[in-house]
Amino acid sequence: MLNEKREFYLALSIQHLNFERRMNLKLRIWRQRDANSKGALVDYEVKVNPHMSFLEMLDELNETLQQKGQEPVAFDHDCREGICGSCNLFINGRPHGPMQTTTCQLHMRHFHEGETVVIEPWRAKAFPIVKDLIVDRSAFDRIVQAGGYISVNTGSARDANEIPIPKIIADEAFNSAACIACGACVAACKNASAMLFVGAQISKLALLPQGKAERKATGRENGGSDGCGGFWSLLQYRGLLG
Amino acid sequence: MKFDSKILEGPLAEKWTKHKFTQKLVNPANKRKYDIIVVGTGLAGASAAASLAELGYNVKAFTYHDSPRRAHSIAAQGGINAAKNYQNDGDSVYRLFYDTIKGGDYRAREGNVYRLAEVSVDIIDQCVAQGVPFAREYGGLLANRSFGGAQVSRTFYARGQTGQQLLLGAYSALSRQVANGKVKMYTRTEVMDIVMVDGKARGIVTRNLITGKVESHAGHAVLLCTGGYGNVFYLSTNALNCNASATWRAHKKGALFANPCFTQIHPTCIPVSGEYQSKLTLMSESLRNDGRVWVPKKAGDKRKPEDIPEAERDYFLERRYPSFGNLVPRDVASRNAKYVCDEGRGVGESGLAVYLDFADAIKRDGMNTISAKYGNLFDMYAMITGEDPYKTPMRIYPAVHYTMGGLWVDYNLMTTVPGLYAMGEANFSDHGANRLGASALMQGLADGYFVIPYTIGDYLATMPADKITVDRPEFKEAETGVVNLVKRLLSINGQKTPGQIHKELGKIMWDYCGMSRSAEGLKSAREKVRALKEEFWRNVKVVGTGDELNLSLEKASRVADFLELGELMIVDALNRNESCGGHFREEYQTEDGEALRDDANYAYVAAWEYKGPNQDAELHKEELIFENVKLTQRSYK
Amino acid sequence: MSWVAQTLNSTLGRKLVMALTGLFLCTFLIVHAGGNTMLFRSDGGQAFNEYTYFMTHNPLIKMVSYILYTSILLHAVYAGILTAINRKARPVGYAYARPSENSTWASRNMGFLGVILLLFIIVHMRTFWYEMHFGSVPMATYDGQEYKDLYKVVIWAFSQWPYVVLYTISMAAMAFHLVHGFRSGFQTLGGNHPKYNPLLSNLSWAFGIIISALFAAMPIYVFIQTH
Repeated sequence: MLNEKREFYLALSIQHLNFERRMNLKLRIWRQRDANSKGALVDYEVKVNPHMSFLEMLDELNETLQQKGQEPVAFDHDCREGICGSCNLFINGRPHGPMQTTTCQLHMRHFHEGETVVIEPWRAKAFPIVKDLIVDRSAFDRIVQAGGYISVNTGSARDANEIPIPKIIADEAFNSAACIACGACVAACKNASAMLFVGAQISKLALLPQGKAERKATGRENGGSDGCGGFWSLLQYRGLLG
Repeated sequence: MKFDSKILEGPLAEKWTKHKFTQKLVNPANKRKYDIIVVGTGLAGASAAASLAELGYNVKAFTYHDSPRRAHSIAAQGGINAAKNYQNDGDSVYRLFYDTIKGGDYRAREGNVYRLAEVSVDIIDQCVAQGVPFAREYGGLLANRSFGGAQVSRTFYARGQTGQQLLLGAYSALSRQVANGKVKMYTRTEVMDIVMVDGKARGIVTRNLITGKVESHAGHAVLLCTGGYGNVFYLSTNALNCNASATWRAHKKGALFANPCFTQIHPTCIPVSGEYQSKLTLMSESLRNDGRVWVPKKAGDKRKPEDIPEAERDYFLERRYPSFGNLVPRDVASRNAKYVCDEGRGVGESGLAVYLDFADAIKRDGMNTISAKYGNLFDMYAMITGEDPYKTPMRIYPAVHYTMGGLWVDYNLMTTVPGLYAMGEANFSDHGANRLGASALMQGLADGYFVIPYTIGDYLATMPADKITVDRPEFKEAETGVVNLVKRLLSINGQKTPGQIHKELGKIMWDYCGMSRSAEGLKSAREKVRALKEEFWRNVKVVGTGDELNLSLEKASRVADFLELGELMIVDALNRNESCGGHFREEYQTEDGEALRDDANYAYVAAWEYKGPNQDAELHKEELIFENVKLTQRSYK
Repeated sequence: MSWVAQTLNSTLGRKLVMALTGLFLCTFLIVHAGGNTMLFRSDGGQAFNEYTYFMTHNPLIKMVSYILYTSILLHAVYAGILTAINRKARPVGYAYARPSENSTWASRNMGFLGVILLLFIIVHMRTFWYEMHFGSVPMATYDGQEYKDLYKVVIWAFSQWPYVVLYTISMAAMAFHLVHGFRSGFQTLGGNHPKYNPLLSNLSWAFGIIISALFAAMPIYVFIQTH
């Protein structure tokens, strides 16, 4: 494990040599006025600093566009530390780009001079486009509303230590619960399926003793929700759930 | 103005129990006749919306995010405090109360803080029952750690993602109520104004962020759970969309704004790398347990850190504070980092950073131990900076993290506007002048799960359940106001984007109203902010139209409020002629440069009343009475 | 709706049908490949013809064969339904996508591979099964009992190169289909465990390659023998 990490850091220090220069990139960005309009890829040229994050690169583009009186590129973003799950760009053929991280944690040092970067929204029937790169991911909320909870009213809980949970189970449950609901699994899946998202919700509930009481009821509802199954998908888009 | 904090007389430990008993109740069958508007769906908002819906009230919840689960509570890393005393190390409700009030530098109400400590234990029970996967020991019981310099281990955590897991717990409870039909969820909807009818808050005006449609929603009470205002500084650890517009517009409707100058600066953030920087990323405070903070002794020393010999390094925290060393509280560590950088000894390209060095720790404990403790943080640092912290020291610099100030609320969490409540970071109540680590999550959930469900009934029971319609003139007037604001912003068509002006505001605030403040600096900053505000309304450039998704417009509307709030922060900082907690006035320090509190003259909450555009706000003082704790000066020597 | 109908109409239920029929067809392949190794015996086809007789006359085998036909049909029909649903799940595709980063070529082309296999099965059934049941197959006599001499039909077919080419290509398609399908069948049934995943994955590769190679070896062997 540590050796793998060392190699990762070694790779970083090599890339570090390229830091000084400004990079020229050609962007091809999906622009679409609203849900009902027709969209198209539009070309932009930007000069970037490799230290920038991908979203900061887009911020700069947007500032330039606004100064010219043009509308900024609409994209979802918020915490910019990889946890809120808002950012969702399909960059050069991959969700969140080349680094298996969230878009906000992707930095321009992973691109090279003169590269063409294609930026598209998530493509799935379940995620209709709202504007430009923004899509509607409320389908995820509806899945959780269908049974992704433990029915416990405020105040009715027993002492937190009353039910011991083996560390290994708690850790497993955490791994599933750590899903940030960005939708990359749907975007990456060739069938645009939400199996990984649903799987993460269900395995957390199934692992914890608290979730077991109503397992059958909630499981059934999830199984019946449109187009989403409960088992782990054929495609493991790993790294985004961890 | 007469202040009534509504805290009962009597022994500290009995106040909340007695208070709950004196609260009027709403008959269970009548609860469904009341509509409650909850703005914001972070820890405070989601927990309140879910709990009130469980009680039977009709709730309308609003968020500008695409889902309630995106609120910035999700980014809290460290943990949540609770006086469970599971570790048998002498913790108690009283000790948590005492630590919090002392940590807040004696600028919070005893009654509020004690209640916070009291309900903290219930929060953990509730979260575990919801399926929050807290860290556990091999025996299956909950694990704790000591956090932020506390002498006891009372912090519950879920790896470095405690905020996420707690928010998902509240979000799942909220989702259950949405499915039950008790909560109506409005996503991508921004609150633009609070509507008052007969002197009471009876609704809100919102703008649909996708269609631009301006709409009104009526209810019997309005709960603002909209977070803090750290983004006044442009760069902070807040999420990019965090804003103060809801609280500020409530302030303009009559809610007093308390202690706006109390802002917390966190010492361990990844430094700014360039002018394009959009946000600062926090590195957990726990790093200071093993890392050593230093800068070169010589100003302008641009050698690589590895090339600077031991004798030419200044471990300034260890030097100045021999007993606490690198573990001094957040404000002390931050201020000292600023001082050495001001002396020209800062490191990195910008000179605005200090080293946090793990070389000794790696030598002592080995690479594997350090990696097991901080591996994920090191990876995050490497991802962002492209540097390897195992080999070269990390560079860190302080950044704005949390705002202790907020809307003034009484013991029931009601602002000075009847029917308008403020919860979580949006209110001012529990942290005084400085917040302890792992206390923000505790407060947000305490307010939402265990305070508002009891206190809101007392207000609702006094008013008729009759619904009012949004056709009333008060709503129409507020809607017109919002439509006009949008029109006005779109019509200026000047030269500067809202982002540029925000950045300029942030720089003024950081330079003059940041880690260290002086009367002279604050005065000039006030002029600068006023001039910037004037320029904003003359020279801002907002592109697009009002009836579509318009990021430029959203930003402009928020920046307009930041400009006004920024000025109030400066006014408050100028008024408070003492140093306490996150507020450090250069004129008020001890001989060896430590903060000097003035309890005789400033042991009060400064609550500001809005008097109109371009009018000075009026100061109201709520005296703080300490019956249980003795006020002492902090010392970390 | 009864729970059976509900299950069969849910995406999960449909995948379950795919997995169960698919894995059943895999067991059939083992038996079929095992029996057909009789072709490699140099006994003029006696063992092969006796085996054929057994397979066409044993009542139990007959019953199983009907399940087999049903499975092939269900597998094909459900594949069609699921593929249609999958297509609809992404009405607008990406301008630039690199699906190979997170999925294998076979997994993305199961439909295409399946169609090749379906066409192959039709030709295969027409050539042998139809001839055996309804055509005029010469007879052979072993120990005084008459057998349909399917062996001769096989030798006749596999001595012609178009058949050999068709069979070899089809078996290559089957290899890809099996490597993905075998593993995924278990996955759908819940067989996903970090400890056993590598084993399952290796088994899937071995199964796909060995079975397909064995089948492909038959026409090639006969072709070489007869030329």
